[in-house]
Amino acid sequence: MGAQKKGATARVSEDSEVVAHHPLQAILLADSFTTKFRPITLERPRVLLPLVNIPMIDYTLAWLESAGVEEVFVFCCAHSKQVIGYLGSSEWSSKPDFSVTTIEANDSISAGDALRLIYERQVIDGDFVLISGDTVSNMSLTQALEEHKERRKRDANAIMTMVVQQSKPSPITQQSRLGTDELFMAINPDTKQLLYYEDKAEYSKGFISLDKTLIADNPSIILHNDKQDCYIDICSEEVLSLFTDNFDYQHLRRHFVKGLLVDDIMGYKIFTHEIHSSYAARIDNFRSYDTISKDIIQRWTYPFVPDILCGSSAIKLERQGIYRASDVTLSRSAQVGSFTVIGQGTTIGNNTKISHSVIGEGCSIGSNVTIEGSYIWNDVTIEDGCKLSHAIVCDGVTMKLGAVLEPGVVLSFKVVVGEQFVVPAYSMVSLIQQPTQQDSDEELEYADNSSGIVEVPSDKLNGEISSDLSNTQYGPTPELGTGGVGYIWSIFEGGHDEEWRHSVAPIPTDKLAKIMLDKDEDEELLTQGGNALVEELKSDSEDDDNEGSRDDYASFEKEVEATFLRAVHENVKVDHAVLEMNGLRLSYNIAAVDCAAAIFYSMMKLAVESSHSSASELHRNAVEVITTWQKLLKSFLHDIDEEIEVILKFEEICLESAKEFSPLFPQILHLLYDKEILQEDAILRWADEKEGADESDKVFLKRSEKFIQWLREAEEEEED
Amino acid sequence: MPDTQTLVNDFLNKLKKRKIEGSQATAKQTAELLRSVISQTRVPYTNQAAALIQSVKTVGERLIAANPVELAVGNVVRRVLHIIREEDLSLTTAAMAGLNLSAASDDEDDVDGDNQPVLSAAAIAAASRSTLRPPSLQTLLEDVPDSAAVPHTSSSGGDSEGKSKSADKSSRSRKLKHDVIEAVNELIQDINTCHEQIAEQAVEHIHQNEVILTLGSSRTVLEFLCAAKEKKRSFRVFVAEGAPRYQGHLLAKELVTRGLQTTLITDSAVFAMISRVNMVIVGAHAVMANGGVIAPVGLNMVALAAQKHAVPFVVLAGSHKLCPLYPHHPEVLLNELRSPSELLDFGEFSDCLDFGSGIGAPLLHVVNPTFDYVPPKLVSLFITDTGGHNPSYMYRLIADYYSADDLVLQRRATSGN
Repeated sequence: MGAQKKGATARVSEDSEVVAHHPLQAILLADSFTTKFRPITLERPRVLLPLVNIPMIDYTLAWLESAGVEEVFVFCCAHSKQVIGYLGSSEWSSKPDFSVTTIEANDSISAGDALRLIYERQVIDGDFVLISGDTVSNMSLTQALEEHKERRKRDANAIMTMVVQQSKPSPITQQSRLGTDELFMAINPDTKQLLYYEDKAEYSKGFISLDKTLIADNPSIILHNDKQDCYIDICSEEVLSLFTDNFDYQHLRRHFVKGLLVDDIMGYKIFTHEIHSSYAARIDNFRSYDTISKDIIQRWTYPFVPDILCGSSAIKLERQGIYRASDVTLSRSAQVGSFTVIGQGTTIGNNTKISHSVIGEGCSIGSNVTIEGSYIWNDVTIEDGCKLSHAIVCDGVTMKLGAVLEPGVVLSFKVVVGEQFVVPAYSMVSLIQQPTQQDSDEELEYADNSSGIVEVPSDKLNGEISSDLSNTQYGPTPELGTGGVGYIWSIFEGGHDEEWRHSVAPIPTDKLAKIMLDKDEDEELLTQGGNALVEELKSDSEDDDNEGSRDDYASFEKEVEATFLRAVHENVKVDHAVLEMNGLRLSYNIAAVDCAAAIFYSMMKLAVESSHSSASELHRNAVEVITTWQKLLKSFLHDIDEEIEVILKFEEICLESAKEFSPLFPQILHLLYDKEILQEDAILRWADEKEGADESDKVFLKRSEKFIQWLREAEEEEED
Repeated sequence: MPDTQTLVNDFLNKLKKRKIEGSQATAKQTAELLRSVISQTRVPYTNQAAALIQSVKTVGERLIAANPVELAVGNVVRRVLHIIREEDLSLTTAAMAGLNLSAASDDEDDVDGDNQPVLSAAAIAAASRSTLRPPSLQTLLEDVPDSAAVPHTSSSGGDSEGKSKSADKSSRSRKLKHDVIEAVNELIQDINTCHEQIAEQAVEHIHQNEVILTLGSSRTVLEFLCAAKEKKRSFRVFVAEGAPRYQGHLLAKELVTRGLQTTLITDSAVFAMISRVNMVIVGAHAVMANGGVIAPVGLNMVALAAQKHAVPFVVLAGSHKLCPLYPHHPEVLLNELRSPSELLDFGEFSDCLDFGSGIGAPLLHVVNPTFDYVPPKLVSLFITDTGGHNPSYMYRLIADYYSADDLVLQRRATSGN
């Protein structure tokens, strides 16, 4: 009894110590705010996706716990119900010295929003670890924390310590083994201060630019391209308030880190902590999912490996890195190759070959199946003779007899692949149709996620309802062969060329060879030096410009139209409208010619869209619009060329967008002449130019023949 | 007072995360935990031993599952179970001897008759078991009255005194728990002092001007060598560094601070040096029932080298390291593969582990096993806290420390559930 009493008192004193020393806190973002894992993440949040049969968030939480973090705030946004439900039912909710609190917000669209919300809640007081719920690590935080605190004591502006690790990017593809782009960091080797961070360098440019003052201010700088950002940050409280102050910070790296590095008014500094032998990596895309799974199987993340994390009785590690659960039904003739994980309750049929793959719980795999480098989640049915290579197959998928998955395929939840059907390489297949609104603008990628949720209400996603939907509403779609259910998504992000970069499949050798060839050519050009290269660059850049301007022009036209309509509806003064148009023109860097054409186009469109029942009414509309806004148009018409451009534009309008105008062409031309918007020289020059054109092009010229005749006569008279 | 459940969970967590290093610490903490489990188990009126065994078993099962590689956990659990059985047996027999109570355990009348409902089933079971099984060496030597009582149980017949039985039982219930806790305390004491007890024998084994070789670091070995040094023996120690964790470096440092002449060598130099060595003294992770040793990686090589040059290979092991299972037993997990980062720096080799090209699997595999298995024929002598033993004698020691019923703890528990 005495001993126990002693124990009790010792415990009390320990408790008082805990009160005195501040508990280490962590913010875990259970939302990636990206769409890299679509279509899977439409139905389940990324942090709950199984990584070697264990949800990703478990790795992160287990690490936080063992690293000595005592309070974790899990920020849930997309699919927050699923995350909260999972955490509630898991062991994490009932740990004595490790509290997990969830913070829910459904309207956050970025990490910045999340941190602002957490700041409002005022739960963080002191240094905290900022981590995303898809990070796997086994590093010890002690040293990094000490360094951080030490620096803070000396310099209150050292508000963040970023964990980095050496990782050489592939020289051929310019991407790291985790599938992320090559990252450039400039670090002061003495103080470890981060001076420059660029994760989206443009390779076409072939150079990166450093601020000259960096070199002036720091005696030595080391520029690294072989560092990997582990996305584990030790932050001081100021970080949260900084996010609140700068409400436009969205992305942790692209806005926050770069913002701090550029901004020298506040003088905040970011430092780095490099880890050597321990492991830290974030699952950011399918390639890193593959890489990190393999790292876990090879035990780099020890002790966070399947046989220990699962509760060791469940999974045993056998020779050659085969992890096998205790009740797997394995046919005698089945060949399980090295570095493979087979989950509880899975059955595997005769002559099936499996290598370098992860197979989940409760799967049934038929005979003569070949599985290579694939990730098969729970309750998947694979019938006889199927072939899978480097694919991800989600829960509840059925692959019928002889179906084939080519490298890089992702089958989302409950998809059915028909008999003998070959799913082409890099396809994404889901029961949910691809969202039609395409947001290819990468800067806006965080916004997508929330829109994805709006399209697919989460209550629909659970269990049988979605399968019901697939059976009744969608019916068997021919897209996946006979009996197949699901939609093949078309690829829009990153373009068709780039899909191999972030896929689970290894990069095909011919692709590598091709890149290598391109590279060599580039280098040859470089060595030739001088003119050839410059010329090529020039022509390249011109092409680029043209392409760019085409896109620009379309959006400019839209803007002009919107501005014009607003001017009309709000009765803005013509002068103001001119100013506004000019502003637009300058910001889009568009020539006055195009601007006039665009304005004219919007005017005509307005005329067409106003109610009219006959051609004469339409004419009246046009007259009205042109008379009111003639000054606006005129202020952009400085010489004859521009006027001709307007005529050409008018022709185009009549031909394409507003055919109603085509009978009115001569009248309106006349009107424009009357209003002195177009000079007769312009009209005549246009007529002369058109004289030599094709018959089909001359339709309008013929229609306005009389008018032109009249103009010519008038001119001659004048001359006389 | 801390709740047992939280204590158990806490310990489980530590085991799982591999936060406890070394068998001695693990064994001690396991014993302490089981002691508090026993003290907080509510003992029913009848069948107390079974209740205690049940509660220890359920906890023990989870502890073993948490880290199956750490065999010391299972050893201590089994020893505590053995203690409960022994104490129960001794109490029963003492009671039976004292009261001359005998009718209950008539061999033909084994199924409880209506007239003897009060006698605990466990007592019958224990008594009948002890008749079936020959008494262990320990009981023969230490508990003479106990073993003497065994034949008495089965042979005696006749008069039962039902009334005094109930009064006796309540006192017995308190006594059983008390005795068990006492015995567990003794076990903890044994574990605590095993180093000293082993070290006491050092002078008998280490002689003047000898050269001793060891590999890696073991606290038992350190104490053993230091004890010999304190007894004014002058000798030299070769320490093989014990890659990849290089704990040999620490041992060398420690030995030097205690004034021992020490030479540090690489593991690969062991064979070259072994001819100059008089004795190899190493620690062990666990000793199996057949006398085989599970020891830090590299020791099998050392043992083979020692055999080649006929150098005695001596293994020091506290009795808590004695595992009643055979190495081929399916429950035994012989090895653990630790992180490859102990061998090489992940960053340096990151480009060798790029899965993005080729067949999608790395060409480089890093295997980092923690333990070696040294077969019994390579071991010359075991030195435990009870003295020096031959490998072939291990099964006998095991019979002293463990009950045969507890050997397959997990298997039985899972089939029972």
